[in-house]
Amino acid sequence: MEMLKTERLSFAYPEREGEGQLVLKEIGLTVERGSIVAILGHNGSGKSTLAKQFNAVLLPSGGKVWVDGFDTADEAAQLEVRRRVGMVFQNPDNQIVANVVEEDVAFAPENLGVPTEEIRTRVDDALAAVGMANFARYAPHLLSGGQKQRIAIAGVIAMEPECIVLDEATAMLDPQGRRDVLETVRRLNRERGVTIVMITHHMDEAECADRLIVMNQGEVYLDGAPREIFQRVDELRAIGLSAPETVKLLDSLRKEGLDVPLSAISVEECAGAICAALKAEEKNAPKGNETEWNQF
Amino acid sequence: MEPILTVENLTHTYSAGTPFERSAIRGIDFAVGPGEFVGVIGHTGSGKSTFIQHLNGLLKPTAGRVCFRGQDIWTSPRITHETRFHVGLVFQYPEYQLFEETVYQDVAFGPKNMGLAQEEIDRRVREAAGFVGLREEWLDKSPFELSGGQKRRVAIAGVLAMEPEVLILDEPTAGLDPAGCESILAELRQYHRAKGNTVLLVSHSMEEVACHAGRIVVLDNARIVMDGTPREVFSRAKELEAIGLGVPEITRVAMRLHEAGLAVDPATYTLEALRTQLLSLRGGRGPC
Repeated sequence: MEMLKTERLSFAYPEREGEGQLVLKEIGLTVERGSIVAILGHNGSGKSTLAKQFNAVLLPSGGKVWVDGFDTADEAAQLEVRRRVGMVFQNPDNQIVANVVEEDVAFAPENLGVPTEEIRTRVDDALAAVGMANFARYAPHLLSGGQKQRIAIAGVIAMEPECIVLDEATAMLDPQGRRDVLETVRRLNRERGVTIVMITHHMDEAECADRLIVMNQGEVYLDGAPREIFQRVDELRAIGLSAPETVKLLDSLRKEGLDVPLSAISVEECAGAICAALKAEEKNAPKGNETEWNQF
Repeated sequence: MEPILTVENLTHTYSAGTPFERSAIRGIDFAVGPGEFVGVIGHTGSGKSTFIQHLNGLLKPTAGRVCFRGQDIWTSPRITHETRFHVGLVFQYPEYQLFEETVYQDVAFGPKNMGLAQEEIDRRVREAAGFVGLREEWLDKSPFELSGGQKRRVAIAGVLAMEPEVLILDEPTAGLDPAGCESILAELRQYHRAKGNTVLLVSHSMEEVACHAGRIVVLDNARIVMDGTPREVFSRAKELEAIGLGVPEITRVAMRLHEAGLAVDPATYTLEALRTQLLSLRGGRGPC
């Protein structure tokens, strides 16, 4: 069952219309309910524009977008669309509206008409989920960027959406902040079946996804499992992206004739593959020093 | 070598006297010499931003001193003012600070405030634009017609045009795609080489500081907790992880290989260095 679906989706920003500058070109995609999809692409490839189509922030210039079966262009359905899809943007300062953290997190459920007692539980849950329970009474402007971003995510969690779209939501965070956010969204996916769409520049975040979509010049350029796509080192480089460091290392070793698979994406797999390949070369070498390897 | 910038026992307390009183930095000592390229890392809230905002007098220390070429920058208002030209600060997401009608005027804003002659301003604007790869024909455009990456270059050029002796950049690559990051960093390195000035690069990317900095300073909980070469700092992987940071992915691979018994330096931090070591291990020349 699909959560999101686009059919021949095209989009041009109004001021550019007529100049033939389509930011999205006839995109046909479906995102399955309960999946984690990462969208990669260089700056200007159209990935953020695509993300904004998923909760009717932007509407198609051509084609259709359906969210859980609701047509986003149907004005009567927009509340249903926004109830289902929560967005988290790059800059937390643009997303925080209240003067107290817990009021900010309560903003969306209040708007959705959730009963007061339930709002209390939802807000506490959401703040706990992002590790910010101790900051409930703080003023957001006194928090760091990473803390503010976690508040913004808590605000979306409190809506209990079926799908969360993160538009480069970790771009301003430190490694721990990124790990926290990733762990949070993966847990929401695992425990509550929330569909996750992550727009990102970080290859290691994309690694966690079930599926990877690579955008280039307004079109879907590659679509598949991260493991398959990251092996295409040269193709990725050609469109301004890059493979994870592990794959780049394996690729550079392969170019020297060492027989390592490019599919060993994780640090453990990568180290394991290198060990195995060196060992195998040793065995096959005509005058190898096998005793040393046996110790190993 | 005589340090160009020194910080002595620097402390800054926000919201002093309120329930939210909090020391963002406490008793920091730091010195940087001319021509150094220093990476500054620390988790969000570690005090990085507060720290760098003291270096050009945007924030006044609650306690302690900041000295530029041996002189306390708060000695007089004139000296504080001048420090802001000697120590250039590029904020996070600087593209939001563009405001002039043309790219040229925006880049010229700093030098104009320095009271330079017209020809000198012109020379500096063109040179700074060149360093960050802004094309001549873009100088007459509105900065708002440019893409995000180009706008950021305009903002960086605006600081370069003041020819600061110390250049501080707060996450200059945040939000850019890999190719964009690489080219901005390459431009900065080129600038650093050409001018021989001091650069402080604040970053959340361990890869970025590993590749570009000769020295890394780590902040945690309002203090400097490590200060050394990339090799020294990245050999302390466990401590870095404990304070919310980490080591480059390549270092993690090197650590695993080392644990598995390969003769690989576990603190290797560049792909090229690891590749060289691995290739030298081939054919039975190295294991264990």
